[in-house]
Amino acid sequence: MALTDILMRLLFVVVLAPLASGIIAKVKNNLRLRQGQGILQPYRNLIKLFGKEEIVPENSSWIFRVAPFIVFATSVTAVLFLGTGFGRVGDLLAIIFVLALGRFFLALAALDAGSSFGGMGSSREMFISSFVEPAACLVIFALYLSPGANWSVAHILAGLALLIVILAETGRLPVDNQETHLELTMVHEAMLLDYSGPSLALLEIAAQVKQFFWLCLLASVICPLAVWLFIACLLALFFVVAFIEVGIAKYRLFKAPDLIIFGVILALLAVVSALLGV
Amino acid sequence: MNLLINSRSLVVLDPLAFFFLVVILLVGFPALIYSLGYFKGKFTRTKLLTTQLITFAFIASMLLLVVAGNALFFLIVWELMTLLSYLLVLTDSENEAAVRAASTYIIMTHCGTAFLTAALFLIYRHAGSFDLPAMAAACQTMSPLLRNWLFVLFLLGFGTKAGIVPLHIWLPLAHPQAPSHISSLMSGVMIKVALYGLIRFVFLVLGISSIWWGIAVLALAIVSCLVGVVYALMENDLKKLLAYCSVENIGIILMGVGLAMVYLRLNLNGLAALAMVAGLYHLINHAAFKGLLFLCAGSVQKGTGTLDMEKLGGLIKKMPWTAAFFLVGAMGISALPPLNGFVSEWLTLQAFLSGAFNVPGVLALVFALGAAALALTSGLAAACFVKAFGITFLALPRGREAEQAKEAPASMLLAMSLLAAAVVGLGLLAMPIFNLLGRVAQPICGASLQTTDLFSLNLQPNSCFAISPLFMALILGGALLVGMTAYYIFGARKSRLGRTWDCGYYQTDSRNEYTATAFSKPFRISFSFFLLPFRKTERHKESFYHVSSFVHETHTTKIFKKYLYDTTLASLYRGTKIFKRIQAGSIHLYIAYILATLVLLVLLVRMF
Repeated sequence: MALTDILMRLLFVVVLAPLASGIIAKVKNNLRLRQGQGILQPYRNLIKLFGKEEIVPENSSWIFRVAPFIVFATSVTAVLFLGTGFGRVGDLLAIIFVLALGRFFLALAALDAGSSFGGMGSSREMFISSFVEPAACLVIFALYLSPGANWSVAHILAGLALLIVILAETGRLPVDNQETHLELTMVHEAMLLDYSGPSLALLEIAAQVKQFFWLCLLASVICPLAVWLFIACLLALFFVVAFIEVGIAKYRLFKAPDLIIFGVILALLAVVSALLGV
Repeated sequence: MNLLINSRSLVVLDPLAFFFLVVILLVGFPALIYSLGYFKGKFTRTKLLTTQLITFAFIASMLLLVVAGNALFFLIVWELMTLLSYLLVLTDSENEAAVRAASTYIIMTHCGTAFLTAALFLIYRHAGSFDLPAMAAACQTMSPLLRNWLFVLFLLGFGTKAGIVPLHIWLPLAHPQAPSHISSLMSGVMIKVALYGLIRFVFLVLGISSIWWGIAVLALAIVSCLVGVVYALMENDLKKLLAYCSVENIGIILMGVGLAMVYLRLNLNGLAALAMVAGLYHLINHAAFKGLLFLCAGSVQKGTGTLDMEKLGGLIKKMPWTAAFFLVGAMGISALPPLNGFVSEWLTLQAFLSGAFNVPGVLALVFALGAAALALTSGLAAACFVKAFGITFLALPRGREAEQAKEAPASMLLAMSLLAAAVVGLGLLAMPIFNLLGRVAQPICGASLQTTDLFSLNLQPNSCFAISPLFMALILGGALLVGMTAYYIFGARKSRLGRTWDCGYYQTDSRNEYTATAFSKPFRISFSFFLLPFRKTERHKESFYHVSSFVHETHTTKIFKKYLYDTTLASLYRGTKIFKRIQAGSIHLYIAYILATLVLLVLLVRMF
C-alpha cells in the first residue's frame, strides 16, 4: 500500500471518528426528548482541550506521559489494518493484540497517578477486557470459517457477538457509562481522571478512533458489498448503539461478564454454524 | 549387560538439540553474570564458591541432557540435574520455607523420574539397547496398547518436571525459594528441558500413533494455561506470581506441541510444522522474558528486601533501569506487539485457525475453544502484569522498604539488559527466527516451513495472515510520531505539576492507593467457584461505638493441593500404619526383608 493511501485513510478516520461520537450522542439526546449538543460538539471539545494547559500529577512517572501517545498509536494502527490492503481476516487477530497494547499502557498510567479511582478503573478495565478477548477471537474464527457467505446464520450470529464486544470495548452501556460523573461507577473514564489538556485530547481521539474501528468492522461484516451500503450500515449502527444505550441500565460490574460470556456463546454458535455450513 | 558400550553415539546433535542448547545458553550466560552482583555481601566465601560451582554444574547438566543420545545416559543426567537444582533451591537453607519447598520438589520430581525410568526400561526390553535410533525402531513394532501406556508414562514423567496442571504444585513453591538467577534458570530453562524430553521421546522415539495423545496434551495445555494465570493473578508475592505464570506459559507451549501431534496424526505435516514452530517459538520467548522477569524480581528483592507487592510501589523513580527492564519483560509476556510474546501467541492462534478447514468438524470446534482459551489467557496475563508492574513500580511507595530502595549494581543490570535485548530482538526479527525454527521442526514434522518476505509471515499462498511484527512495529512507530506531532504542534505546550484528583478531600498519600489485593478482587469474585476465597474480619472494640483495631484475613484455596494431594497423602499415611506392625525396629529383620524382596524381584524378572 502506498504511503499516500495510508495518510489519506489516517486523515479520513481521525477526522470522521469524532463525528460518530457526535451523532450517537445527538441521537441519544433526541431519544430522551432533549435538544442535546450539536453533532460537531466532539470537535469543539478536542480543539478546546488542545489549547488548554496540562496538569501532570506530581507522583506520576514517564509512563503517565507516554501512555497517551501509545494509546493513540494503537487505535490508529488498528484502523490502518482494516479494510483493503492488509485486510485479510486472520490479521484481525493481530489487531486484538495491538489494541491490548494501548489498553495495557492506559491501565498502567491509571495506576501511576496513585489515586484509588485510577486503580479501580484500571482493574475493572483489565477485568472486562480479559473476557472480551476470547469473544473477539471466536468471532474472527467464525468469520474465517465462513468467508464471503453473506447473511448466513454464521454471519448473523458473529455480528451479534461482535455487537456485544463493541459495547464492552467502547465503554458503552450496560458495561460502562461514558456520561457518568460519579467516579465510583466509571471504568474507562476513571482511568482518564487525572489527564488534562492535549494528553486528554489524544486519549479522547484514540477512544473515538477505536470506536469507529469496531463499528466499521461490524458494518463490513454485515454488508461488505458496496460503499453506499456500507455507509448506510454504519449510520444504522450509530442508531442501534444509541437505542441500546437509552433503553438499558448499567449492569453491576460482576454482571458484565455474564453479558460478555453470552457474546462468547453466540460466537461459539457462529463457529458451529460456520462448520455446518449454514 | 553392556549398557553403554553398545551405544554407537553417546551424543546426538540434531537441530532440536542445538535449539535447546541455544535456549539454555540464552538464559544461562546472563544468569551467571547476574550472580556476580547478586551474591555480593550475601554469603561467606566458601558458600559463595560452592553455590557458583553447583550453578555451573547445573547448567552443564542441562547442556549434557539435551545432547544425550543414549537413554540411560539421559536418565543419569536427568537425575543429576534434579539433584543439583534441589541443592540450589536449598541455598538459603536456614529458611524453613525453602527446606519444605525443596522437599516437595524432590519428592514430586522423583515420582516423575520413576515414570520415566519405567517407560525407558520398557522400551529397552523390546529394543535391547538404550540407543535412541534402536529404541525408535523397536517402538514401531510394539502393540498399540503398550505404546499408549508408554505415552502416558512419558507424559506423567516429563509433565511433572514441566509443571503442567495438576502436577504443578511443587513449581510455585520451589522456584521462588531459590536465588533469583537460579529461579530464572529453573523457570526459564529447566522446565523447558522437560519439554525437550517430551518432544524427543514422544515424537522421535515413540512416534505419534494415536490422535487422542494430541487431544489429551491439548486439554492439559488449556487447563494449565487458565489455572496458571488465574493463580498468578491472585499472588501478591512477585516471584510466586512469576512462578505461577510459568505454569501458564508451559500450557501455551504445550498447545503448540499438542496441535502438532494432532496434525501429524492426520498427516497434515505442514500444519504440524507450523504448530511445532509456534510452540518452540513460545518456548524460547518464555525463556527470555521469564528469565528477565525473575532477574528483575531479584533486583527488587535486593534493593528493597521484600517481594511483597503490598509493601512496594514507586520503584520506577528509585530503580529506573530495573523498572524499564521489567516493563519490557511484562510487555513480552503479556503478548503485546511488537515484542516476542505476541509473535508466538499469534502463531499459535494461526496454528489453531489454519487447520480448521482440514480437520473433522468436532475437532475444529475443539480448536476454536482452544483459541478462545488462549485469548482469555492472554487477557488475564495482561491484567496480571498490569498489576505486577503497576503496583510494584508505579505511584507512591507503600512502605519503608520501597522508600529506601537502591538500584541494582552494574553486573545485574548488564544481565537484565542482555535478556531485554533478546525479548525485543525475538519480536522484531520474527522472520529469520521463524525460518530457523522451521528447520528445527522439519525433522520432527516432516515438512519444511519457510517464509521469504521480511515484512510478512505469509505461510501458504492462500493464507489469511500477512502482517509481520517488524512491519507492525514500523506502523506503530509511525502512528506514534503522528500523535507526538499533533501533541507538540497543536497542543498548548503548557504544563505544570499538580496534585492527583482526590475528590476534593485532603492530600492523598500512599494509603489511598489501590492495592494488589484490590486490583485482583474482580477476578477473585468472578472465579470464586474455582478459587474458593476465604475472608474473615474481626473487630476489636474498646466500647460499643469505638473499634480500636481490625484483623482482616483473606486468602484463596488451592483446590488441587487441598482435594487432590492432601487427601491422597492422608490416605497414604493411613495405609502406612498397616506396615507399622512389621516394623519392629530390629535391623536383622530389616535385612531379612531386603533379602526377601530381592529374591522376589529376581523371581519376577525370571518369570517374564
